[in-house]
Amino acid sequence: MSTILIRGAKILGGEPADVLIEGESITQVGTGIEAGDATVVEAAGQILLPGLVDLHTHLREPGREDSETVLTGTRAAAAGGFTAVHAMANTFPVADTAGVVEQVWRLGKESGYCDVQPVGAVTVGLEGKQLAELGAMHDSAAGVKVFSDDGKCVDDAVIMRRALEYVKAFDGVVAQHAQEPRLTEGAQMNEGVVSAELGLGGWPAVAEESIIARDVLLAAHVGSRVHICHLSTAGSVEIVRWAKSKGWDVTAEVTPHHLLLTDELVRSYDPVYKVNPPLRTEADVMALREALADGTIDCVATDHAPHPHEDKDCEWAAAAMGMVGLETALSVVQQTMVDTGLIDWAGVADRMSVRPAAIGRLEGHGRPVSAGEPANLTLVDPSYRGTVDPAGFASRSRNTPYKGRELPGRVTHTFLRGRATVVDGKLA
Amino acid sequence: MLRSPGGNPRHLISAADLTRDDAVLILDTAEEMARVADRPIKKLPTLRGRTVVNLFFEDSTRTRISFEAAAKRLSADVINFSAKGSSVSKGESLKDTALTLEAMGADAVVIRHGSSGAPYRLATSGWIDGAVVNAGDGTHEHPTQALLDAFTIRRRLVGADAGLGKDLDGRRVTIVGDILHSRVARSNVHLLTTLGAQVTLVAPPTLVPVGVERWPCEVSYSLDDVLPASDAVMMLRVQRERMNAAYFPTEREYSRRYGLDGLRMAKMPEHAVVMHPGPMNRGMEITAEVADSGRCTAVEQVANGVSVRMAVLYLLLGGSETALPSAAARTEENK
Repeated sequence: MSTILIRGAKILGGEPADVLIEGESITQVGTGIEAGDATVVEAAGQILLPGLVDLHTHLREPGREDSETVLTGTRAAAAGGFTAVHAMANTFPVADTAGVVEQVWRLGKESGYCDVQPVGAVTVGLEGKQLAELGAMHDSAAGVKVFSDDGKCVDDAVIMRRALEYVKAFDGVVAQHAQEPRLTEGAQMNEGVVSAELGLGGWPAVAEESIIARDVLLAAHVGSRVHICHLSTAGSVEIVRWAKSKGWDVTAEVTPHHLLLTDELVRSYDPVYKVNPPLRTEADVMALREALADGTIDCVATDHAPHPHEDKDCEWAAAAMGMVGLETALSVVQQTMVDTGLIDWAGVADRMSVRPAAIGRLEGHGRPVSAGEPANLTLVDPSYRGTVDPAGFASRSRNTPYKGRELPGRVTHTFLRGRATVVDGKLA
Repeated sequence: MLRSPGGNPRHLISAADLTRDDAVLILDTAEEMARVADRPIKKLPTLRGRTVVNLFFEDSTRTRISFEAAAKRLSADVINFSAKGSSVSKGESLKDTALTLEAMGADAVVIRHGSSGAPYRLATSGWIDGAVVNAGDGTHEHPTQALLDAFTIRRRLVGADAGLGKDLDGRRVTIVGDILHSRVARSNVHLLTTLGAQVTLVAPPTLVPVGVERWPCEVSYSLDDVLPASDAVMMLRVQRERMNAAYFPTEREYSRRYGLDGLRMAKMPEHAVVMHPGPMNRGMEITAEVADSGRCTAVEQVANGVSVRMAVLYLLLGGSETALPSAAARTEENK
């Protein structure tokens, strides 16, 4: 049984303390813990967080192993401080059967870098027409609790209503990709001042907001919980805030890139900034930060979306939508939320571990850093300043919008049930 | 002279990149080029030995032959690359096409592409070294169209010789039609404003982009209100298919509210001209009566297009000083 002593880390940013890990669990938290024959991690000045949990990751396997595999994706996740990721269902074949979700789940087990919780498709083939066998996916070894047609919106109101109702039987949740399809035909970027100038098809905020408004009303009507994926506009924040004020069971996530980047970047026509939902305006960014701080938005989710180089090395309209995000998420959150004083490190633990684990009903993650808990932990050096170099990514893909950008903070160690997956900033 | 936002002075990507002096220089150079067209031998040796590639991903016979005529009159070698029936239709990427042209030694690439921003990508991605001229990209820009429109307005309202060195200060230009999908409108708003003109856009609200409020122009939904205060009225082509996407109810309703017929033309000041970038939908945005009247400059615009494109290629590729001493000298001054 391996023994590790993390010495002098600030737990959730608090006072320095020592944490002893024996086997898969935390066995002691305190000061002056004797090392004995434990491996010592000197962590003075560093922040200890519960292992990060991502509700929204595209691991691409099966089907698009040229952009990511479960193994490379989980290595990227560990490097970014994650101990659990939810693998989205838009693979080839689509994760709409017990067989496919079990395959992804098994690949996650084999990778050993990060727990992989498969997300099941809401509808067969993400087509939005017929419910997938949600119960079978739940009952499978993968134990699916989160269902999403992410990449596509469940736009049919009746299908959405039925899905919301149906998953109540096993405490599931539908995670909606809110995008009214007719309002976004040919959409290339946020509709507004910049799209008008650039002549790129507009993706209006109302296409997101109208679906969110409908779905929170549906969830309230049938007494279900609903989760909103990658919320991106100030108007969406208002709707979720209103729904929560009614006491409805609505949760929402925001991506790191929507907390930092705006549609002004599209002026470069560089498809590395092409993402769905699109980068919005400065006012939206500020509203999202505020909503994440006050809890209207429950959590940060990466929407890590790897694409091969050729799918971004082209003209805008031909390019794929999406950005990788696992390995930069915590740094972006530090820059936009912590260094700005909007939340503290306890807040980061809440928004990037506790709440996403709770929404996903994920056991063993998002737990307090205390004796008896599973040793899923992330150690961060917040004083680090570095320039993002995609060549150093563990992900198979390089489509990051932060290339060459200076971001704060670095994950120095990640522990998955007591096993170090990252040591001194390098994958173990 | 012509700067891309990256600061590279070798491309013409957007009318927004042109300063007032850049634009006036192009128009003045185009006047000199126009004189060549009046000669029995319409050819200058300026770009002999240089290669201009017309890279057309969209069908546009008019624009392509205009650039082709311009390059040939400057003695450049012209290669026409059309996407249809080429490697592009077999799935070749823009990048590989660009690398191929680069390997063949293209000094300038004139690109027409259905995707907004494709010329900008071509100019800034390091795929090619040559000059890039935007011949229309998606619903973004069509800068040489705007230049030929400005050239036509200056000739008609100020005069060919009297206009030299002058801009369009105070002229009122009305652009009518499908603004939302029009690269011609976007380029004209930038260029005409830079040249001092006051631009008013007229369209049904469905065909005006969200975000237009930040453009340096006025927007009106009523053609009749604007006509009496227009020195030039530019009618844009409106695709009949737009009504299927509910931009307007029917062709006839569009034509009644936003089409230019003889009665409406009579509301324009006497000196005002009617312009159309072509191809025209007679009976839709413009009646035959107006199109065939002496006030319509559509045919002149085609001729002017060759002169303006000659000027652009000449200035971008740096023609020999002996051929056009005055223009070359001014190029130096503007550096």
